[in-house]
Amino acid sequence: MTFRRFTLAASAAIAVAAAPATAQTVVGVTDDSIKIGNIMPYSGPASAYGQIGEAMSAYMEMVNANGGVNGRMIEFVSYDDGYQPPRTVEQARKLVERDEVALIVATLGTPTTSAIHRYVNARKVPLLFVATGASKWGQPEEYPWTMGWQPDYATEAKIYAQYILDNVEDAKIGILYQNDDYGRDYLGGFKEGLGDKADELIVSERPYEVADPTVDSQVISLADSDANVFFNITTPKFAAQAIKKADEIGWEPLHLLNNVSSSVGSVLKPAGLEASMGLITAQFLMDPTDPQWADHPEKVEWEAFMDEWYPDGDKTSTFPVQGYSESATLIHVLEKAGDDLSRENIMAQAANLNGFRAPMTLPGVELNTSPTDFYPIEAVQLSRFTGDTWELFGDIISSE
Amino acid sequence: MELFLQQVVGGIATGGIYACMALAVVMIYQAIHHLNFAQGEMATFSTFIAWTLLAYGLPYLAVFPLAIAISFVGGFAVERIVFKPIEHAPVLTHIVVFIALYSIFNSAMGFIWDFSIKTVPSPFPPGRFLGSNLISNHQAGMIAITLVVLVLLFLFFAYTRIGLAMRAAAANPDSARLVGIRTSFMTALGWGMASAIGAVAGILIAPLVFLEPNMMLTILLYGFAGAVLGGLTSPPGAVLGGFIVGIVENLAGTYIPVIGGELKLTIALALIVGVLVFKPAGLLGRRIVQRV
Amino acid sequence: MATTDDASLAKRASLPASVDVAEPRTPLLSMGNVGLALTLAALLALPFFTEGFFVFQMTKVLTYAVAIMGLNLLTGFNGQFSLGHGAFFAIGAYTTAILVEMGGFGFLATLPFAALICFGFGFLFGFPALRLEGIYLALATFALAVATPQILKLSPLEGLTGGVQGIYLFSETFGEPPVPSWAPVQSIFGVDEFDAGTYWVYLVTVAVVVLTYWILTNLVGSRTGRAMMAIRDNPIAARSMGVNAAFYKTVAFGVSAAVVGVAGGIGAASTKFVAPDSFTFFVSVSFLVGLVVGGVGWLPGALIGGAFIVFVPNYAEEVSKGLSGAFFGIFLILMIYLAPNGVGGLIRAAADRIRRRSD
Repeated sequence: MTFRRFTLAASAAIAVAAAPATAQTVVGVTDDSIKIGNIMPYSGPASAYGQIGEAMSAYMEMVNANGGVNGRMIEFVSYDDGYQPPRTVEQARKLVERDEVALIVATLGTPTTSAIHRYVNARKVPLLFVATGASKWGQPEEYPWTMGWQPDYATEAKIYAQYILDNVEDAKIGILYQNDDYGRDYLGGFKEGLGDKADELIVSERPYEVADPTVDSQVISLADSDANVFFNITTPKFAAQAIKKADEIGWEPLHLLNNVSSSVGSVLKPAGLEASMGLITAQFLMDPTDPQWADHPEKVEWEAFMDEWYPDGDKTSTFPVQGYSESATLIHVLEKAGDDLSRENIMAQAANLNGFRAPMTLPGVELNTSPTDFYPIEAVQLSRFTGDTWELFGDIISSE
Repeated sequence: MELFLQQVVGGIATGGIYACMALAVVMIYQAIHHLNFAQGEMATFSTFIAWTLLAYGLPYLAVFPLAIAISFVGGFAVERIVFKPIEHAPVLTHIVVFIALYSIFNSAMGFIWDFSIKTVPSPFPPGRFLGSNLISNHQAGMIAITLVVLVLLFLFFAYTRIGLAMRAAAANPDSARLVGIRTSFMTALGWGMASAIGAVAGILIAPLVFLEPNMMLTILLYGFAGAVLGGLTSPPGAVLGGFIVGIVENLAGTYIPVIGGELKLTIALALIVGVLVFKPAGLLGRRIVQRV
Repeated sequence: MATTDDASLAKRASLPASVDVAEPRTPLLSMGNVGLALTLAALLALPFFTEGFFVFQMTKVLTYAVAIMGLNLLTGFNGQFSLGHGAFFAIGAYTTAILVEMGGFGFLATLPFAALICFGFGFLFGFPALRLEGIYLALATFALAVATPQILKLSPLEGLTGGVQGIYLFSETFGEPPVPSWAPVQSIFGVDEFDAGTYWVYLVTVAVVVLTYWILTNLVGSRTGRAMMAIRDNPIAARSMGVNAAFYKTVAFGVSAAVVGVAGGIGAASTKFVAPDSFTFFVSVSFLVGLVVGGVGWLPGALIGGAFIVFVPNYAEEVSKGLSGAFFGIFLILMIYLAPNGVGGLIRAAADRIRRRSD
């Protein structure tokens, strides 16, 4: 482990030393166009997330139809990596070296984005608003060209930990987690949040593999451990299975569900709305099925967008919401950059969001970044599922 | 002891999923003497058809047989269209075409029905089976149907003319042709039946794991494992194999410290390979003696 | 022993029955050799005429080609199925990654280790494989492929493998493979420091392809190779003639794994990152596709197979994003219809025709 730290430090030093002072690189920009790259799993096991990319493509079409950004049309090049890291590398190199895009936006997934993390930083290509919540996307010193977007998993997990410490007496916690980068990130953050009490409070931890057909046996053994708190770190399909199974066997713990799987349409409805009652999650986006946003102007606008530009999209899923909101953030950055669309300035503008409000984020959520803060959204609000909608409670929790 | 029993019963519940798929695997093996890697995707496709029919408002009791019939025709057609032209190509070529089919079905499903998870209703009343935490009514019903299919298959292969002809055609095509069996037609028929059983498996499994294009990705592997473990020539062996895989996997996950939870699948697979090393034809399979 | 039995046996072993066991030595200037020389010349000339990205893609093609040659030795020349060679690819990749990052090795120096370690694993796996045939071996190897990512991220091994996070290569140079001082890649190709690493890995890969091809052709032509093929064509006859089947089968497994391991090492160097998710069973499946497309039992086919698995998915994606998988499948089936015995089969048939005409 010490070795890894050493190499990290070493590479950081090199990256800083190698950063040129003034050179401006303008690539992928002409007087009437900006070329933007994107990589998504349109095929393979993670294809459900492909909707984010489709929504972004649709958004860019809408922007172009409305005259583009400062008169420039957006050329949005979105490639498929099938959620295979080596293929992500190939597609990223294609975008940078052959298509010569100005920047890459919203690559999806932790292992895939990890594979190109160093590459884009070595080539000094902005990799903005990656669609993964790993905490490593916010390291401006070592990786000045990569920026996250959503709240990072570890921070979100800490919020749940705090909630348990504050609200549950004699907590006995059972954890189900996906055995990969993402699951471990949540798990680590959660334990950090519990602090010294982690060992005492956690009574059972059960991993599952994406290859497992069901998580039934894990849920049964968690219930058997007499846990009264269930922290559910799962992706949508497994989340639905776990919620359903817990209900089926009559296990009624305080059920904390990670934000990744909080979509009403694509998780809770299949799992059963009744079974989902009482779930708690931390949210930063408006859930499109939540009636309380029905008349919210941003929601109305989103609906119109979906109808006109992305009619095939699933209006009950949060994926198109995320694609929409991320796109709006990117367009905001490009607008701010004005006519100086050098990669340096794009990055500088992205690192200078002062309270930008990305549409469809929860009211009160603002995007703030600075040259030392590469985490745009750091605020979430806890909410509880009432049986037909998420009900926000407590204040917006910000870790700015 | 209580935990042990629970994990065994839980294993039987999950094993039911594998057993169901293993039967479909045995069926295709009877027809073509090979494993079809696209079988999971074909079963999922059938399940999507059932889902669509249900969404149109047809009653379950009509949809179930209808989807099976459509799948039978579909499987038959796939053999006629895709495999007939390469009948005489080497086995490896066939495997690659399976892979191609896998890719086509998977991609087409994503395109038509998208990748979000769908709910397929269960024909059985909701709730736990006999009040047990471990098995739901649906799982018990699924196991029952698997056993019924098993008996039907057994009768079919042992007593019907066409079943015997099918076995003969697969086991020794040259001799079968000499006694007047239309071997090529038998192969297509086998595809149809495998596809139909796959549809049964898919429709029964979907309520447990949710329907999406990748639903069968690993279930098929477990089905393979169960079928091979029990014996590819033996439908009862395949079902038994499926249950054993489910139980072993659960026990490994529970009792082997540290790596057990992370390596459930690996340990189950290693055990199967171990069994095969000592009993290459599987637990209930016939040893195939190759004549020179 | 009836001839029909012979043919069906060969079919069962999935081989074109026409692979010659003991062909007379071909003259140096045969059609085949000229073709190989031209191919090599084209590969060496390529970096002068293209840009970094294409060189990178060709590295990928050649990496696959090396792996496919390794698989071909096992399947094409020894008649053993494997759906699990992705596992050896992974072991090779991790060997290179670990040695580069923790051992401070140059990437080139890690390749022999990758070969050696994979030989060991392959040889060991060859033992249970002895007892398994055809479909059972296919399942056992498939199981290996499926288990690979899970073993790679096993927490007790985290110190070595980086667990779920994987390992970045070439940290000291922030991701670009350092070019040794004796190889003036930058000045020869006139490229910047970024591309130098890419070109260097490419050149190494070309060298590995040539070396692998040379070793395997010689192996196949040797006594050992003939024994392997005898086992493939008729195990019982081979055994009764005193061929130690167990020995040759395990060695074939070991050598095959070693070659695939080297390919894994190169793959790690060109991707510059290894992680469990990079080694799902799709890797093994693509090797198999490449093998069959190129031609089972014909080593040069590996280049065609490699090109197929790298370029066809890209092309399919261009045709339709939503249906890229379907188009890939359709292209694959068309390819199989066109050349049921792989491109190797086509070329062999064409060569036969020409030879017959000239006779």
